[in-house]
Amino acid sequence: MSTYLDRPEESSAPVDAFSGAEAAGHVYGETGATLTAADPANVRAHRIRELRYMTFLTGWGRTAPTPATLVRPRTVEDLAALVAEAPTRGVIARGLGRAYGDAAQNAGGTVVDVTAMPDRWTLDPATGVVTASAGMSLDALMRALVPLGWFVPVTPGTRYVTVGGAVAADVHGKNHHLDSSLGAHLRSLTLVTADGTVRVLTPDDDLFWATVGGMGLTGLVAEASFACVPIETSRVSVDVERTRDLDHTLEVMAATDDRYRYTVAWIDLLARGPRMGRSVLTRGDHARRDELPAGADPLAFAPASRLAAPPWAPNGLLNRLTVRAFNEAWYAKSRERRVVQHLAPFFHPLDSVAGWNRVYGSRGFVQYQFVVPSGEEATLRRIVSRLSGRGVVSFLTVLKRFGAGTPGMLSFPMPGWTLALDIPAGQDGLAGMLREFDGWVATAGGRLYLAKDSRMRADLLPAMYPRLDEWRKIRDSVDPTGVFRSDLARRLDL
Amino acid sequence: MRNALGSVDSVLLLGGRSEIGLAIVDRLVRDGARRVVLAARLPVAVPGADGGAENAAGPHDPAQEAAARLRELGAEVTLVDFDATRPETHGQVIDAAVKSAGDLDVIVAAFGVLGDQAAYEADPVSAAASVAVNFGGHVSAGLFAARRLREQGHGTLVVLSSVAGVRTRRANFVYGAAKAGLDGFAQGLGDALHGSGARVMVVRPGFVIGRMTKGMPPAPMSTIPAQVAEDVVKGLRSGAETVWSPPKLRPVFTLMRFLPRPLWRRLPR
Repeated sequence: MSTYLDRPEESSAPVDAFSGAEAAGHVYGETGATLTAADPANVRAHRIRELRYMTFLTGWGRTAPTPATLVRPRTVEDLAALVAEAPTRGVIARGLGRAYGDAAQNAGGTVVDVTAMPDRWTLDPATGVVTASAGMSLDALMRALVPLGWFVPVTPGTRYVTVGGAVAADVHGKNHHLDSSLGAHLRSLTLVTADGTVRVLTPDDDLFWATVGGMGLTGLVAEASFACVPIETSRVSVDVERTRDLDHTLEVMAATDDRYRYTVAWIDLLARGPRMGRSVLTRGDHARRDELPAGADPLAFAPASRLAAPPWAPNGLLNRLTVRAFNEAWYAKSRERRVVQHLAPFFHPLDSVAGWNRVYGSRGFVQYQFVVPSGEEATLRRIVSRLSGRGVVSFLTVLKRFGAGTPGMLSFPMPGWTLALDIPAGQDGLAGMLREFDGWVATAGGRLYLAKDSRMRADLLPAMYPRLDEWRKIRDSVDPTGVFRSDLARRLDL
Repeated sequence: MRNALGSVDSVLLLGGRSEIGLAIVDRLVRDGARRVVLAARLPVAVPGADGGAENAAGPHDPAQEAAARLRELGAEVTLVDFDATRPETHGQVIDAAVKSAGDLDVIVAAFGVLGDQAAYEADPVSAAASVAVNFGGHVSAGLFAARRLREQGHGTLVVLSSVAGVRTRRANFVYGAAKAGLDGFAQGLGDALHGSGARVMVVRPGFVIGRMTKGMPPAPMSTIPAQVAEDVVKGLRSGAETVWSPPKLRPVFTLMRFLPRPLWRRLPR
């Protein structure tokens, strides 16, 4: 059958991009693929040493499982072989399965688990440019880079995403208002396209910007290079402040967020009336060495081993009562203060609990994240007020002000406000309410985040993503027969 | 694709004139389904030319009327010629539906004839013909549908069974026996598809007031097509394998199974 299946599992041919690293004076590393073994949270079968097997897959929201043949390639040549033998139902790459919906599922087709490939990275200490293999997690990358005094230019709310997935979703973080999304920092991409060729793309290529934010539908990303930021310490000095209501939140964020590299607001959605939209603002900057107590290792980065969520939780554990109690406690505890924190609890608080998505029960949950352009705050208010009025249970609702977007044709961020909420899937009337919101968001010139989406309809997509046709044209030119397919692509006619 | 909240994009209705079937499709379209294929015996069969067949249909054909109504709701609707008594064509019907709608998220098998028990007893040939539709047609159409669903790795086949098949009654045992066969077939098919991503949902409505039962006095706990559709859509959202409509018929028929035969055979209907 395929060429790579015949090869013993342990062998892996060196990738040329990395072999000259030492000679060039770069720092580099290589480790075996480890992450899937440690974190099989949403891959039902654990037979991870097998190279090819059928399994049901879901996104992080654990809704709408579909079966696919999961294959575990070891090398870039394996990726090319997989593309060559793509079944009629197509192929899609999957990293750590953190997309909430069906972006890395492919019913009846093939799903490529890129975390099976060995992690490889190099750093040019002169420029801070890092090249990393697509299956490497940001967690592994940070463990390698932070002690050397470098931090990734953009990190989403979890370290457990792969480099390839981060490119495909053009991820953003708490620094978007100043630093934009990952795409803005990318120098080059290596992409295996539908014809089996391995292409190196730069920001001058149209295909590069069809791939950044392209949800994996232009090809399999093999590696990515991006510029990292120098840091003096592995800590963040953090300012916490509470706001009274939504208007106050927007006002404070707009007025002060340019003073901090990282800002985000947590909104208490269950607060009603005059307190509607009250928030806890968290703002931070990389701490300087002189802000640390004497004797502290300034670049230590060793996030504690993780607690695990219980393997099963009842549906409805997160209900109006429990979430309200949590929100009250959180708001009460978040008094104005300035603290120095480690990177991990500041950027990735939920990563300390492995498999936290299981807490939502067997029905799973939906993450709804939209952006509306600056000037459309009325739409944001309307949605928050509807959510608050209906008492929708949303654990961890996050508001963020976006700065400039990237040229990624299907990239999500645009200058404006983004709100992200997690809603248990079983709530009555949820489908209709979210569909109504979709319409408001589209009318306001905003959009939904495809990496989070698990339920929107195809009809609003062209309005939300005006460059969709341009993207389709480029995709069709590199993949005329539809080799790269996902459940998301089918659902949204991508 | 079925989304995270159980809404679907595409639906194929086998039995494009079925009142219950059309009520289900209507409900799914209002819920967001965009691509609909209605498979029915078209007045003038023009294989592969939907437009031509459409023009030939009368103005009051329920399938045509439904198509127009569904289009107004924003759905793309295709009509495909489908004859339940010609199993050799059923594979092509599924292929034609896939061609126009892509992956089939829901396939509703709703075709059937009720007929009159006394007439069946007077004309056994007509009784056999009704079983060929109510049971035989479903076997071939259901197996072809299942093959496609298995290939695509997702989708639900909704099979319209009936409480009449739960325990056959003297008053309508020809129809009841066909439904009993269909019910068993559908359950087995559901088990066969287990693990493939595709599913079968067996729907057991009670007495449904509508065109099929026109002129008959409604039985106790009767329902209407729109209510059956509501129960079916709810079942699709939750992933139910069996849906009783109304739901209270489930305990009622559980008890009915134990009614002594001498009593059971005296039931007037």
